Amino acid sequence: MTKAQVSLRGKDILGLRTMSVPEIELILDTAREMKHIIDRDIKKVPTLRGKSVVNLFFEPSTRTRTSFELAGKYLGADVVNITTSASSVVKGESLRDTLLTVEAMGVDIIVMRHEAEGSAHFAAKAVKPVIINAGDGAHEHPTQGLLDLFTVKEKKGSIAGLQVAIIGDILHSRVARSNIWGLQKLGAQVRVAGPRTLLPRDIEQMGVKVYDRVEPALEGADVVNILRLQRERQQKGLFPTAREYARIFGINPQRLALAQPDALVMHPGPMNRGLEISPEVAYSEQSAIQEQVKNGLAVRMALLFLVLMGGTKIETTA
Amino acid sequence: MKLLLKGGRIIDPAQNVDLVGDVLVQDGRIAKVGGQIDPGDAEVLEARGLVVAPGLIDLHTHLREPGLEAKEDIGSGTRAAAAGGFTTICCMPNTRPVIDNAVLVAGVTQRAGLEGAVNVRVIGALTKGQEGKELAEIGDMIAAGAVALSDDGHFVESARIFRTGLEYAGMFDGVVVSHAEDESLAGDGYMHEGAVSAALGLRGRPAVSEDIAVARDVMLAEYTGALLHIAHVSTLGAVEIIRQAKRRGVRVTAEVTPHHLTLTDEAVLGFDPAAKVHPPLRSGEHVEALLAGLKDGTLDVIATDHAPHAFEEKDVEFRYAPSGFAGLETALGVVLTELYHTGKFTLPELIDRMAAAPARVFGLEGGTLKPGAPADITLFDPNQEWRVDSSLFYTRGKCTPFAGKSLKGKAVATIVGGRVVMKNGEVRA
Repeated sequence: MTKAQVSLRGKDILGLRTMSVPEIELILDTAREMKHIIDRDIKKVPTLRGKSVVNLFFEPSTRTRTSFELAGKYLGADVVNITTSASSVVKGESLRDTLLTVEAMGVDIIVMRHEAEGSAHFAAKAVKPVIINAGDGAHEHPTQGLLDLFTVKEKKGSIAGLQVAIIGDILHSRVARSNIWGLQKLGAQVRVAGPRTLLPRDIEQMGVKVYDRVEPALEGADVVNILRLQRERQQKGLFPTAREYARIFGINPQRLALAQPDALVMHPGPMNRGLEISPEVAYSEQSAIQEQVKNGLAVRMALLFLVLMGGTKIETTA
Repeated sequence: MKLLLKGGRIIDPAQNVDLVGDVLVQDGRIAKVGGQIDPGDAEVLEARGLVVAPGLIDLHTHLREPGLEAKEDIGSGTRAAAAGGFTTICCMPNTRPVIDNAVLVAGVTQRAGLEGAVNVRVIGALTKGQEGKELAEIGDMIAAGAVALSDDGHFVESARIFRTGLEYAGMFDGVVVSHAEDESLAGDGYMHEGAVSAALGLRGRPAVSEDIAVARDVMLAEYTGALLHIAHVSTLGAVEIIRQAKRRGVRVTAEVTPHHLTLTDEAVLGFDPAAKVHPPLRSGEHVEALLAGLKDGTLDVIATDHAPHAFEEKDVEFRYAPSGFAGLETALGVVLTELYHTGKFTLPELIDRMAAAPARVFGLEGGTLKPGAPADITLFDPNQEWRVDSSLFYTRGKCTPFAGKSLKGKAVATIVGGRVVMKNGEVRA
């Protein structure tokens, strides 16, 4: 299947594990064009005028929700946010009924974030609007994975053959899973490293190299993607203290020096400065963290466009 | 009242019988087996091309009554049993209230006598409220007809309480049934821990949590000399522990479910709540070990763990769905399709695991076609092809990981105490 033949029109975006290489490439190519719009003085284009997007967030989120909201608005769609911190179980209304309610209002896309793994799959089966998974538990966060791919490709030219190290709490990270699938599909070699208690058992069967020390994982790496450490994991007893984590697993300039001199530093945010990443690394020349945010917007614009319009030609006149 | 089953293949593993002939039933008991029997005034049921087997017995059914009738009740559950070819089912006590005293044992037994399509035997709770703290009135419940004791659904965390339960139940020759999963290891997991859980990000219930629990229970059974039955064995390690224990003469028996014998954790890949069960569906190496264990007799019994839930309970995100699903109406078809038609087991072996062995393990009447035995008989067509459509189930629990699956082999008639309670899928009770 070539890029010319592939279409994402009407397709749910649930994860990168089940996405094909031509589909990923189509999204990345489209995102490159979208990025030009963000840099314009007047950003609004009429491409998605008359279309509606609902951000249905069951977990708090600032950057992903704002990114989707602006992505929709820059393309001319109507965007509504529904944020409910309680899970459907607590709230008393089932996820299916919440989705049916949103569907009945005639929306075209539901962007959903939910604490339960597989909730996006559930939504895709339950209702007709296109479902874009904005993070389902520890399962996947496909738009983060795609924006990370976009960033790597933009900075490094190509992904094939790169050594990418993903550092931190792999066990609970949807970002890690989407990155692992996406990077491997595009030909990168992926290493993961973190405390053994935060590495899923049998993770090597996903095709990655596994380390419980950061140093060997960093050695010669072209890209270092540092994950956020949720402090709740300490309360669950998965590591002793934040202090020890920072000492053993935190990425500081000395450790980063083990990677390639031009290694790209990434972080999905929000950062715990001084814990998983030192400020010197976060704000270094090598850091692409700010660029990731901008690219996230471009990737989400591309996705909204591709699932609704299907093609690759963008009408960019304001 | 006489009933003649004409010309079927009679398989009775308890007597080593496998022959083509007639079976005469009189006054609710088996009267005569084999050869050509003159029908006289008997009603005749044509059995040519069918297998005539002792009625299937399920040692692990959740009837959900009292208190959880949105999931199932005695009427719907026993009709599901009849449809699936089961003539006796043993119901678990994790109801509301928990069946933990003689009045409840007697009450469920009595209601089952009035409303049940098949025989129902009651398993009483091992501890009060299944809370794992104080022993329930085990002696009283056994006197009221309880066939075994179990806190099924929960592992008895305290080794001291479990030891006491074994010793106390042992006084009455009561079998203690263990749901063996160490909750401190498995408790917050949703599926088998392995490559699939790693990929899906779902917290795992590691196989070792079951191995540890089975090892502890087996050691306590050995120490006390009491009777122990391990419910729904699902791991390679547990099979090996039980195998060694049996060699040492420990009085332990074990069961395995059709789903653990035939499905792997890959059934969870689409996050279908129908694939959520405790213990979880495991990876291929475990399935292989279960098949080997069933073959060599380490695992004595195939039991369904029929665990129906209401639609709205299962129609949620995978994490929030209760574990378990209906099993009575698919068990025989799944077992025949995956274990018999694949050449792994013979029909006498499977009938042993589903009728003779369950009767032996709980000391129940039945499980054989010996003259004088209760006329509990299952007729099945090992070659009938059908597709699982859970909307046609008698059980209220329509959720099953076998939905849509094509199966080969189906119960054609279920006879309980000489009465035909199911014929061609139609339950008459």
